[in-house]
Amino acid sequence: MTTLPTRSGLAELSAQGRLGLAWHALPWVLAFVVFYMAEGYLSLWTNALIMILLTLSLDLALGYAGIVTLGQAAFFGFGAYAAGLFAIHVHNDPLIGLVTATALSGLFGFVTGILILHTQGVTLLMLTLAVAGLLAEWANRAYEITGGDDGLQGVRMGPVLGLFRFDLYGKTAYLYSLAVLFVWFVVVWRIIVSPFGRSLDGIRQNPARMRAIGTPVWWRLVAIYTISAAMAGTAGALSAQTTRFVGLTTLSVLVSGTALVMLMLGGTRRIYGAFLGATVYVIVQDYAAKVNPFYWMFFIGALLMATVLFLEGGLMDLGATVRKYWRRAPVKKP
Amino acid sequence: MTATPALSVSGLSKNFGALAVAQSIDLDLVPGARMGLIGPNGAGKTTFVNLLTGMLRPDAGSISLGGEPIDRLKPEDRVRRGLARTHQINTLLNETSVCENVAIAIAERDRIAWRTLRFGPQWRACLDEAQDRLRQIGIAEVADRRVSELPYGQQRLLEIAIALALKPRVLLLDEPAAGVPSAESHVIHDVLEQLPADIAILIIEHDMDVVFRFAREITVLVQGRILTRGEPAVIAANPEVRAVYLGRSVV
Repeated sequence: MTTLPTRSGLAELSAQGRLGLAWHALPWVLAFVVFYMAEGYLSLWTNALIMILLTLSLDLALGYAGIVTLGQAAFFGFGAYAAGLFAIHVHNDPLIGLVTATALSGLFGFVTGILILHTQGVTLLMLTLAVAGLLAEWANRAYEITGGDDGLQGVRMGPVLGLFRFDLYGKTAYLYSLAVLFVWFVVVWRIIVSPFGRSLDGIRQNPARMRAIGTPVWWRLVAIYTISAAMAGTAGALSAQTTRFVGLTTLSVLVSGTALVMLMLGGTRRIYGAFLGATVYVIVQDYAAKVNPFYWMFFIGALLMATVLFLEGGLMDLGATVRKYWRRAPVKKP
Repeated sequence: MTATPALSVSGLSKNFGALAVAQSIDLDLVPGARMGLIGPNGAGKTTFVNLLTGMLRPDAGSISLGGEPIDRLKPEDRVRRGLARTHQINTLLNETSVCENVAIAIAERDRIAWRTLRFGPQWRACLDEAQDRLRQIGIAEVADRRVSELPYGQQRLLEIAIALALKPRVLLLDEPAAGVPSAESHVIHDVLEQLPADIAILIIEHDMDVVFRFAREITVLVQGRILTRGEPAVIAANPEVRAVYLGRSVV
């Protein structure tokens, strides 16, 4: 029977029945294993969860809808500042702050999307960069509001749901981030298997085809850009709330670039690609920095090159590629 | 008989700089029409299609679909009103399965393409209808294959299947047999013969065999102007048309 997805790794997995279900549970089980094993390291892993969320948001815009963007930092930083300022000036409840920051980031994405999504390719890339650049410069200048170079300090968060205080070990921060990531994961899953997600996939492949069947291409792109921005905003808000600090670096191109590298590492349009890419990145970065604190980027670079050269679909393709060579090898030998 | 034309074009003009690519073109298609549009290279056939679909804005003239003006509508809105087209060069979702290419069009037609919630039954209905349509056009056996794996001729048929899935009132066929080896063009012709009788069809085609067998009326376009129109037999015998085609035998 032709069930919903045909291409995504998701479908291949769920087609395997019980084993498929086990695969889907794996990332979340691992997340709990980390929670119990990574004593003292939880802030690192909380950051990994936040980066997974950011990378997943990039996958929606870039991977599925084909919106070439390096401006994801704009929404990440926007969400971070929104959550930080909300906590300082309005209310310190994390969830209310998170929802507000998410909504505002979505609105910001909607407005900028309307302005720039008429364009394509390099022009679009430049415009997304420009949006992030403008926002970063504004944050730098608006010292009274953002703290400028010094960053936004004095963010104090209340307990999550009025019950769970953010503790010194980062346990609450980790579980809170994990729960938020799960909610967004479900949303993304729904989107990519839905007719809406399929139309985005179509737009990425061939906008002319989609126009010929009556798809309002621009509105669809604005819609997914808005969702992607909201999601990146959530990631930024989580970062602000769990570290209780917002710096200018949240708006830097480096954030967009890092998310892109994570996505490429893991694999685009694979939903778990973001999980794998961001996790591997964080682990390699941590180890490499211990081995040599100055050249950790070299290891990331080497890993990225190897992945791009040998694994078309990122690390998510590792299993399939190995199996392919495994099968091919005996055939070659007479 | 004064039935409302399915498509009515009057005084349609377009210049590219000093070059007049459409000069006051009038054309009516009644429901069920089978109109052929022929003309030498550069006559403005493709420009005419682009003007109709809204990819180009005319300098003057008006277009109406089923009596309603569509001049100000964007291309996708014209499609939604019932103006479908096929492309001279395959314009398909190459990484997607054949069946889904059609199903996505059906979802768009039924206005469920925005759905992200409770879409299951409708989407399954889209896939089922897509399967039926592929069967009718004779490519059901490749429904689950990626489009990029299909031979060219079957991709041409898929173009037509997608356009038909939109249930259009007017269908513009832009060289449906283009690139198909003449040995296989009868397959295209068979499909054209079975198109629903109530759709008004405008066919642009270089393969004169296909046009003259399919069309019941032919319009000849030369340098953006309508040279003449009439039944195929009359057109074939018209010395002016023969002259335009430089002595090439038209039939």
